[in-house]
Amino acid sequence: MKQQKNIAEEETALEQKHHEFLTENTDFEMRSLDATCFNESELQHPWWHNFKYAFVGLLFGILFVKAEVVSWFRIQEMFRLQSFHMYGIIGSAIVVGIISVWLIKKFKIKTIYGEPIEFVNKKFNKGQVYGGLLFGLGWAVTGACPGPLFAQIGNGATVIAVTLLSAIAGTWVYGRFREQLPH
Amino acid sequence: MNFIELIKQPWPWYVAGPLIGLTVPALLIIGNKTFGISSSLRHICAACLPAKIPFFNYDWKKEVWNLFFVGGILAGGFIAFLFLQNPEPMIVNAKLSTELATYGITNYDSLVPTEVFNWSSLFTLRGFIMMVAGGFLVGFGTRYAGGCTSGHSIMGLSNLQWPSLIATISFMVGGFIMANLILPFILKL
Repeated sequence: MKQQKNIAEEETALEQKHHEFLTENTDFEMRSLDATCFNESELQHPWWHNFKYAFVGLLFGILFVKAEVVSWFRIQEMFRLQSFHMYGIIGSAIVVGIISVWLIKKFKIKTIYGEPIEFVNKKFNKGQVYGGLLFGLGWAVTGACPGPLFAQIGNGATVIAVTLLSAIAGTWVYGRFREQLPH
Repeated sequence: MNFIELIKQPWPWYVAGPLIGLTVPALLIIGNKTFGISSSLRHICAACLPAKIPFFNYDWKKEVWNLFFVGGILAGGFIAFLFLQNPEPMIVNAKLSTELATYGITNYDSLVPTEVFNWSSLFTLRGFIMMVAGGFLVGFGTRYAGGCTSGHSIMGLSNLQWPSLIATISFMVGGFIMANLILPFILKL
C-alpha cells in the first residue's frame, strides 16, 4: 500500500517535471531555431493518432500539385516577376493565416482535446539572414522548398529523391558545424 | 464540365492560397502543432544519423507527427499523379519559355523540366549543381534560418513574427539573385 503511494507520488513528480520542462521551455536553446518544435501537446496519444497529420499532409500534397506551387516553372516565373500566381498564393495564405491565428487568440479556441493553443515568439538571430539567403539560392535552383520536394517525388519525379537526400545531408552538415557558424 | 474534370485543371491562386493558409489553424486545432515542413529533415537526421551531435540529440519520436505529415504530402503528390493529372502541358509566361528554349528546355509536361531533372543528367555538371548542390542549399539554409517557406513565411508571418519577415525577405533576395544572375549560367552548362 505504502509502496503504491510512493509510486504514485513519483509519477506526479515526474509529470510535474515534464510540465515544467514544457511550460518553461528550458530546452529553448536547442529548439529555438526550429520552426515547429515548441508547441507540444502534453497528452499522450497512441501512435496511430498521427495519421490525422498524414491526412492533412495528403490534402496538402494534392493542393501543392494542383496549384502548381511545386512547379519549377512557377518558381522561375515568381523570381523573374513574370507571374502573379505564386505571390497571390503566398499572400492569400498569409492573410488567411493571420486571420486564423487572430481568431484563435481572440476567442481562446482550444484543440480538439480541449488544450489551450499556445504560440511561442521567435527570436531574431543572424541565421535567419545567412540561412535565408542560402535557402533562397537553393529554392530558385531546385524550384522547391522542403515540402514540394516530397510532393514532386510523389508526383513521379523520382530523381528528386536525390535532391531530398542532399537536403537531408545539408541539414546534417548544418547541425554538425552549427557552433562554428555565426548566429 | 463535371467535378473531376474541373479539379484536374490547375487551381487558381485564390482557391489554393486560402486553403494553404487554413493548414495553420487545422494543425493547431487537431493537436497544437505549428506548421513547418523543413524540421522533418532534422528529425530524419536525428532518427538515422544523430552521431552524438547535440543538434540531433533529442527525442525525435515526440516530433513524429511531422514525418507523418510529410509522408502525407508524398502520398498526396502520388494521388494527384494517378487521378488528377492535368492532360495539358503547363502554360507559362512567353518570356520564360523563350528564355528556357535557349537552354534546351521545351518540355512542360512535368512539374520539373525533365531535360534537367532526370536520372541520367545527375552525373552531368548541370544536373549535379541543380539537383545535388541545390538540394544541399535547401537543407542547410532552411535549418540555418530556422524554418522554410511554411515555417517562416506562412506560420511565422501568420503569428506576426518579425524575425520570420526578415527570413522571408532573405529567401526572396536569395531567390532573385539565383534566378536572374546565376541560374542562366548554370543552365547554359
